Amino acid sequence: MSDRLAVAKTYKLYLGGKFPRSESGRTYQVRDSRGTFLANAAQASRKDVRDAVVAARKAFGGWSGATAYNRGQVLYRVAELLEGRREQFIAEVAASEGGQAKRAQAVVDAAIDRWVWYAGWTDKIATVLGAANPVAGPYFSFSVPEPTGVVGICAPQSSSLLGLVSVLAPVIASGNTAVLLTSQDRPLPAITLSEVLATSDVPGGVVNILTGRTAELAPWLAAHADVNALDLTGAPKDTIADLEEAAAGTVKRVLAVRGNEPDWTKQPDVSRLRRFLETKTVWHPMGV
Amino acid sequence: MNWEYAPAPESRAIANLKPNYQMFVDGQFVDGGGEPLKSINPATEEVLAEVATANAEDVDRAVKAARRAYDKVWGKMPGAERAKYIFRIARMIAERSRELAVLESLDNGKPIKESRDSDVPIAAAHFFYHAGWADKLDYAGYGPDPKPLGVAGQVIPWNFPLLMAAWKLAPALACGNTVVLKPAETTPLTALVLAEIIRDADLPPGVVNILPGAGDVGATLTTHPGIDKVAFTGSTEVGKLIQRSLAGTGRKLTLELGGKAANIVFDDAPLDQAVEGIVNGIFFNQGHVCCAGSRLLVQESVADEVLEKLRHRVSTLRVGDPLDKNTDVGAINSAEQLAKIRELSASGEEEGAERWTSPCPLPDKGFFFAPTVFSQVSQSMRIAREEIFGPVLSVLTFRTPDEAVAKANNTPYGLSAGIWTDKGSRILWMANKMRAGVVWANTFNRFDPTAPFGGYQESGFGREGGRAGLEAYLDV
Amino acid sequence: MAVDTTTGSSTGLPPELHDATRDETSLRRFLHGLPGVDQVGVEQRAAGLATRSIKKASKLWAIDTAISMVDLTTLEGADTAGKVKSLCAKAKRPDPERPDVPQVAAVCVYPDMVATAAEALRGTGINIASVATAFPSGRSSLRIKIADTEFAIEQGATEVDMVIDRGAFLSGRYGQVFDEIRTIKQACGDTHLKVILETGELATYDNVRRASWLALLAGGDFIKTSTGKVSPAATLPVTHVMLQAVHDWHAQTGQLRGVKPAGGIRATKDAIRYLVAVHEVAGEQWLTPDLFRFGASSLLNDLLMQRRTQLDGHYSGPDYVTVD
Repeated sequence: MSDRLAVAKTYKLYLGGKFPRSESGRTYQVRDSRGTFLANAAQASRKDVRDAVVAARKAFGGWSGATAYNRGQVLYRVAELLEGRREQFIAEVAASEGGQAKRAQAVVDAAIDRWVWYAGWTDKIATVLGAANPVAGPYFSFSVPEPTGVVGICAPQSSSLLGLVSVLAPVIASGNTAVLLTSQDRPLPAITLSEVLATSDVPGGVVNILTGRTAELAPWLAAHADVNALDLTGAPKDTIADLEEAAAGTVKRVLAVRGNEPDWTKQPDVSRLRRFLETKTVWHPMGV
Repeated sequence: MNWEYAPAPESRAIANLKPNYQMFVDGQFVDGGGEPLKSINPATEEVLAEVATANAEDVDRAVKAARRAYDKVWGKMPGAERAKYIFRIARMIAERSRELAVLESLDNGKPIKESRDSDVPIAAAHFFYHAGWADKLDYAGYGPDPKPLGVAGQVIPWNFPLLMAAWKLAPALACGNTVVLKPAETTPLTALVLAEIIRDADLPPGVVNILPGAGDVGATLTTHPGIDKVAFTGSTEVGKLIQRSLAGTGRKLTLELGGKAANIVFDDAPLDQAVEGIVNGIFFNQGHVCCAGSRLLVQESVADEVLEKLRHRVSTLRVGDPLDKNTDVGAINSAEQLAKIRELSASGEEEGAERWTSPCPLPDKGFFFAPTVFSQVSQSMRIAREEIFGPVLSVLTFRTPDEAVAKANNTPYGLSAGIWTDKGSRILWMANKMRAGVVWANTFNRFDPTAPFGGYQESGFGREGGRAGLEAYLDV
Repeated sequence: MAVDTTTGSSTGLPPELHDATRDETSLRRFLHGLPGVDQVGVEQRAAGLATRSIKKASKLWAIDTAISMVDLTTLEGADTAGKVKSLCAKAKRPDPERPDVPQVAAVCVYPDMVATAAEALRGTGINIASVATAFPSGRSSLRIKIADTEFAIEQGATEVDMVIDRGAFLSGRYGQVFDEIRTIKQACGDTHLKVILETGELATYDNVRRASWLALLAGGDFIKTSTGKVSPAATLPVTHVMLQAVHDWHAQTGQLRGVKPAGGIRATKDAIRYLVAVHEVAGEQWLTPDLFRFGASSLLNDLLMQRRTQLDGHYSGPDYVTVD
């Protein structure tokens, strides 16, 4: 143990590729699993949500228009950088979630592997979900999956890194952009992840990360007319009905998880990718 | 030379119209507890038949019957067996196609040539296509042995009464669900003939239940606790109500809602076929089409030429008796819809758009509206933003592809889009930029059971048709 | 291509069309600048219009109109004076028992049969159409083509049905095709000129549209689908494209030009479908023998049989119409 006094990190929001404080100036205390003070996190406001949606919308054209191959490389790059910060994440996950160090190691390794898994999906999902439609007529018809747009995500409350990656990666892998509300009480791995995202090749605005009170912020996200879809995986159970109701205002696609938080260590399937994709069917006559 | 086509009406007798129609519950035709409704012929305003409607107890009974049928028979029946039942339905629709076509035109007001050549054959095709999936769901890409959801509550609109019933029933049944379906208040008749076909095809009682009624029956059905899945096609307004009412229930929902599609014509387009596509896009089925090409975006350099050709072509459209084989545009489905079309058209004039109406003669009786084209329309006008759901086209212009994209996507809807150009790379670029679930390039209003259909944004979510359409009825 | 030194006003064409014929490059640019034709779209439109149901009085009117539009044709190596004379007799009185049946528009024969036909039709008002310009292939020298045309007119032809040089058209020598039509038109003088495009050899609707405009620009009074010697001959969608061309020509120039589908139209039902297309694609004013013709032979008898069926209320049979 060194005598040197460590330099503590200021945890801020990640918004449009930058790290601002909350426009409200609010912060809240984050404590570890035993209740020891860890840091002051920014407590985002509805205006931060608003700004995040603007940033996400702005980034959507470029990110959804990037080639799938390029998005795959960018996601893989995230895994690479995460690997380089493995020890830091193990420490933060352990602090946030408690438990054995071995468990934190396994969680971080799984999170890195998850990025790799989704990185590989970017240029395959259209093959798997798309189709050439054998229509009864002189037409060439095909269907392709396309990203839904801006997705609002309530990240899981318990699994601060693996759960976070498991909900975020499928959203952006297919070309959506995201406004993500972190686990309220365990936000630090998410903020550190945003530092990884900022230094990887993920364009600013593709992922926007807000820390704060989920119950306060989620309704603004759910009702925002420029948000196309919601992932309510980490939304407090007693707010889901209200959030779904608000989402109906602009016919948002909603993914809500009933019951307990899923076991994120299980190998995922493509259902989370599918949930935030639209199918576009194109027709053209065939003639001379 | 003045060549008048003599009337060539299809005989009304072919419809086998009955004075009374009953609901179809648990394999039986029964009276309902609701106030019977009178279905009228929108072309003559005459009452066609009295139709039983459901009340809340009837809905409950039908849902229970569907649950029993799901638990005891349909849900565990081998897919190959389900397939054979559905194939039977496809065949029997084809056998009774002429009757169904005439009945559809009587009840809905659409021209017989459309019900005969489009609605009924595509309805049969949907059953035929989905029947084949029933024993092949393992190959649909949703993992091994995907399970049905259970009981589906389905509510359909009045614009394609039989076809929408087919779009809803066929995939639900193929995936192993049982169904309670509510046809639209103004067009219940063909769905009840379909119920006869389903009975004659020996489907086990309760697998399909059909309950006529108004919106209240739909609301009771979609919020019934015994339902596992809700599918709705209709207005965005009602779609939002349903989505709200299901909030927090965890029930799977698919919505196919309104649209305000742009039909985009570039200066290098095959103009004569583009004009055909524009006409088909907005005047097909009196414009009562959610994916209608109701906003024509035409490149300024050819705008005058296109408008001139369009007016000439539209003035050849024959409006009148839906049963006449030469009728191109039939009757507006209801007095209420006609009033809405008139009100929005009036707003177009008030807001400064230039109105042109086809000089075609209109019948004295019935709900008719002459094909109308508004030019000098801007995005801010109501006729460019609101779904008119009638034979009214709004014409806007653009100068560059980027401007066309911006205007086309400038709507909360996102159901369909049309692109007309002879340049292949531009077609693909435009198709990619359209925020819409269906993009027709150098064609419009094509439908096929193998091709997924459905919207972006406020046009709804979920797809109908193709492999993608199965997701709506599987627990995946 | 010969340089056109006439002014816009002398051709009576609007400047943009006059400019199109200024030189080979302008002509090519103009023809390639015409909007494309989408095959699926035009065929769908033709099939859609073909479902029109024409009954009762409107059918009878259509049958009589169709009879009056027939260019009764014999173009066989085996043609003789006897064959031509009997054809002319048929042209004058299509249904001998029914004097109210209209005469056909014209009799169409090879140039060496024109004199025979002219003699047989004298004073009837029925036109004598002659194919010319090395029909049907058009594979001869311009000198021969001019001579062929002049011979037909000397013999008494009132209408000339020329063929275009499809080889030149397909290889992009539009100026050559244009000059040839114009030269023949000059040779025709006041004689009515129909320009046969032989659409079955042009292969695409884009080519049909270009050839139609080329023929109209060069002064053809009619554009005609086919020689009848190449399959496919006339089809509904091809005729749609040509009707659209004369409609558009009229819209731009105010001039009325005609269309003649020829070959393969044998049944009344088909003829009525063509008339519906004339009515709805070109417009009502084209429903006259001055602007629409059928190049046909066996069609006439089917029209006569159907006419009897309409009037008699029962089906007729082939033994009740004359075979000529």
